[in-house]
Order: sequence, then structure tokens, then C-alpha cells
Amino acid sequence: MNPIWVITKKELGSFFDSLIAYVILIAFLGLSGLFTWDPFELIGSSDIFFRKQADLQAFFGIAYWTLFFFVPALTMRQIAEERKTGTIELLLTKDVTDRQLIIGKFLACFLMVCIALAFTLPYYFTVAKLGDIDHGATLCGYLGLLLMSAAYISIGLFSSSVTSNQIVAFLLAILIGVLFHILFEVMAGNGQGWFSNLLENMSLRYHFDSIQRGVIDTKDLVYFASIIVLGLGLSELIISKRS
Amino acid sequence: MDIKIQNLSKSYGVQKAVDHISFEVKTGEIVGFLGPNGAGKTTTMKMITSYLDKDEGDIFIGGQPANERHIKKHIGYLPEHNPLYTDMPVIDYLEFCAALQGVPKPEMPGRVREMVRVCGLDVEKHKRIRELSKGYRQRVGLAQAMIHDPEILILDEPTTGLDPNQIVEIRELIRKLGKEKTVILSTHILPEVEATCDRILIINQGKIVADGTADVLRKQAQGQQVLRVRISGADTDTIFERLQGLPTIASVDILDADNQRFELQSVPEQLSNQATFELCVRNKWVLLEMIPYETRLEDIFRNLTL
Repeated sequence: MNPIWVITKKELGSFFDSLIAYVILIAFLGLSGLFTWDPFELIGSSDIFFRKQADLQAFFGIAYWTLFFFVPALTMRQIAEERKTGTIELLLTKDVTDRQLIIGKFLACFLMVCIALAFTLPYYFTVAKLGDIDHGATLCGYLGLLLMSAAYISIGLFSSSVTSNQIVAFLLAILIGVLFHILFEVMAGNGQGWFSNLLENMSLRYHFDSIQRGVIDTKDLVYFASIIVLGLGLSELIISKRS
Repeated sequence: MDIKIQNLSKSYGVQKAVDHISFEVKTGEIVGFLGPNGAGKTTTMKMITSYLDKDEGDIFIGGQPANERHIKKHIGYLPEHNPLYTDMPVIDYLEFCAALQGVPKPEMPGRVREMVRVCGLDVEKHKRIRELSKGYRQRVGLAQAMIHDPEILILDEPTTGLDPNQIVEIRELIRKLGKEKTVILSTHILPEVEATCDRILIINQGKIVADGTADVLRKQAQGQQVLRVRISGADTDTIFERLQGLPTIASVDILDADNQRFELQSVPEQLSNQATFELCVRNKWVLLEMIPYETRLEDIFRNLTL
């Protein structure tokens, strides 16, 4: 069996073993469901019934934020805990390379997000029953969420690799994430010229929205791929230092 | 499979942790790596297992220059403090380690069962690791190190923190394994190396300061034979003078004048047991005690590392 898959399976297993998976699934589905359907009229300005449109924009809008917080919760222990307990030494003296370890952990977190998103598919079927849903746009919406999660997972793994403290890893992931998530966009809006343009291009929201509109542009795919590769590459580099 | 280390070096910044050490371990040999804390034992072991990159030097396994894949396939490693995934049940953990080491799936249940048997984990095999006592955790650590049937075992302080019974058990286990495998174990517990190891390497400040069996090291440290005798039948001064008159004896010390105990140091390369005995017979003295004095390993260790 490929070592990457062995690691992935073990990590995924330990999510479900340690209640992390259930807590995150319940919190994610609970929050997303509440804000998507808003059955108690708590907000009453962005949910599906208020919009009266057969699309999942309400869900994508809220998942954009819930995933932002849940992904670091998944990634924070990945490497930090291995460092703290010393098991990283155990792993890396087995027939596993640093890269395989990182990719294995990345895939485990990514699959966990996929499982969470799979549980929201009933939203899609429900809305499709209610009206004439745009299948392409919905698909792109999910793709956008997956790409965004992948990017944050790689940022989260990087944060987890620089420390042996899970809380630090979580906060660092949020800190780096918030730049991409909102700050670059805000800063771009306040400025002008090439710098503002650059910031806009670095904003994750910009690319997320672009995919969500139903257009899969190479530019956006390259953007997400670069964050993922950079994050995972840096994690590998840090692990290889063995400090 | 033998293992040969040549000129291995590693520095952390300006501090030389391991300084050009070379040694060899033959198949079926158990070598004890002895040294004070911070001497470079763990660093050396981590380099052999390829966890740490070496600055300089070569490692040969079975006569071949070792690359990382090669090392990982042939070496089983028990790190210091025995890190384990404490949330996993023993069997799952061993299967995970086997899969990581590339044990083919059909062989896996057999290997795991074998390890459970060899390491005596049968009673505890369905428990989670965190529920195990320290001795059993150590067995799990040994089991994971051997899961892929490596020819070389590197064990970093395998008995720290165990109670005396557990220490004996783990030592026996290591001795049993050492019959077929090449074992390097590190420790700073001196009786441990005497009890388990065929050979001792003493390392201090990154350098090897002694290499040999416990007996060889003793001889080297001692140089000449030392006997402790207790003789009665004459007064202390007479015995003292006569003993000093013996040609094989270099010096005599009175240890205890009342009980007439003496310490005799022989001339190098000479034994004085017989001459002492014959002296007593000639004078009709009674030889109450004659104890060859062995330098303790502790003394050798202190001499070499202080």
C-alpha cells in the first residue's frame, strides 16, 4: 500500500475516533443549515426563502465563513501534535518520506471536508425540487468551496508544522487565512493602481467569487494551486529541518 | 547484517554533537552505547536511522553504502521516550506501522500476530495504548520497531522508566532478539550493558573513548591484578613484610590492620595468587580470604567520561 494512503487512512480514522469529526460535522452542518434555510427567521435577509431564487448562493455564502474556521481546527493538530509527542520521529524513520507524510495528511483533511460537504448535497436536491436550479453554477460553487478548503488546509498544515502547540497552529492559520479571506480585498478596495490590483488578485474572495459565478478560469485554478503547492512545500521544508 | 560507521559527524551550530566517530557492529552482536547525558548517543542513533542528516561520514549496511530507503527497510528503531499513538488500539497501531513499512497485505496479520507473541502482548492486544502500563508500552515500542523483520535494531534507552521486573523482562527480550539480529542499544544504566550487551562503546563529548567487552575494558582500565586477602597466624607487620618480599607483588596496602586485611597489587602481566598461597603454607598462616578485585564498570565509566 502506498504510504500516502496509509497516512491518509490513519488520520481520517483518528478524526472519527476522537470525536473531532462529529463535532465539526455537527457544527458545520448546524451553522450552515441554520443560515441557509433560516427557519426561525433569525436573520431573514440572505436565506433561500428570503431570496426566493432556486440557487445555493445562501449556502455558499455561509460555508465560505464556516469552512474558514473549521479547516484550521482540522489541521492544527496534524503536525504540531506529532512534534509534541515525538511520533514524528517514529513516522519519518519508517518507510515514508517527508513529502508523503505531508500529502497524506493533506488528503485526510481534504477528504474530511469532502465528507462534510457531501452532507449538504440534500440542500441541492431540495432546491432542485423547489425550482429550476442552475446545475453548472451549483457545481462551480462546490468546486470553489473545495478549492478554498484545499488552500486553507495547506496553510493550516504549514502553521501546524512551525510549532508544537496546537493553539498557536490554529491561531496562526486563522491569521494567515484572514489575509487571503478578507484583508487583501479590503486593502485593495482602499487603494488604486497596480498595487491595489495585485492585492485584489491575491485575495481569495476575488477568485472564489469568480469561480462561483460559474466561470472556471485558468487564472483562478492557478491561484489556488499555487497556494496549495506553496503551503505544502513550505511545510515539507520545515519538517525536513527536523528542529 | 552488519553495520559500519565511518567518521560520522554532526554539529548543532558551533557545538559538535558527534565528532568523527567510527565503529562496526557485526551480525548477531548486541552493542551497548554508553555515555553521560548529552554525549551524542541519541544524535548518533538518529543519524544511523536517517532521521537526522549527517554532516560528514559514511554508513555501510551489509557492506553497502546506505541510502535512506535502504536504511528504513533494514533498520527497526525505537526512539527515546518511546513515542506512540496512545489513542490507537495495539493491533491497529501495529498494522499501521506494518503498512508504513511496506509489509504486503497478505503477510500483515501473520507479522502482527508474530510480534504480539514475541513481545508478550497477547493479554493486552485489544486495549488502547494509553491504557497500557509503561512496561507494556515499551513492548509495543519494540514490536513496532521489529514489525517489518529488520536485521538491525536501534533502541534508544529501551528500559528507562521501567520497574526492576519490567527491566529484566525487556532485557531478556532484547537478548533473545539479539541472537539473530544486530542490536545497538543506548543507555546510561551500567548494569544494563553488562547484563545485555556483548560489547560496550563508551562515548563522551561526541567521541568514542572505549570500545570492547566488559572484560577487556576492565583489563585496560586496571592494568594489573589486584587481590584482597585476609591472613591470620602472625602479626600484621610480619605478614606485611613477607608479602612485600614476594617477587610478583608490586605493592601491598593494609586495608584493615585489626582483621589483617591486605590489598595486593601484582607486577604487570603477573598473577600472585599462587605465590601468596604458597607463602601462607610455608609460614603455616591461615588464608581466610582471597578475593580478586575487579574494577567496576562505574569506575571505568567515570574515569573515561569525567
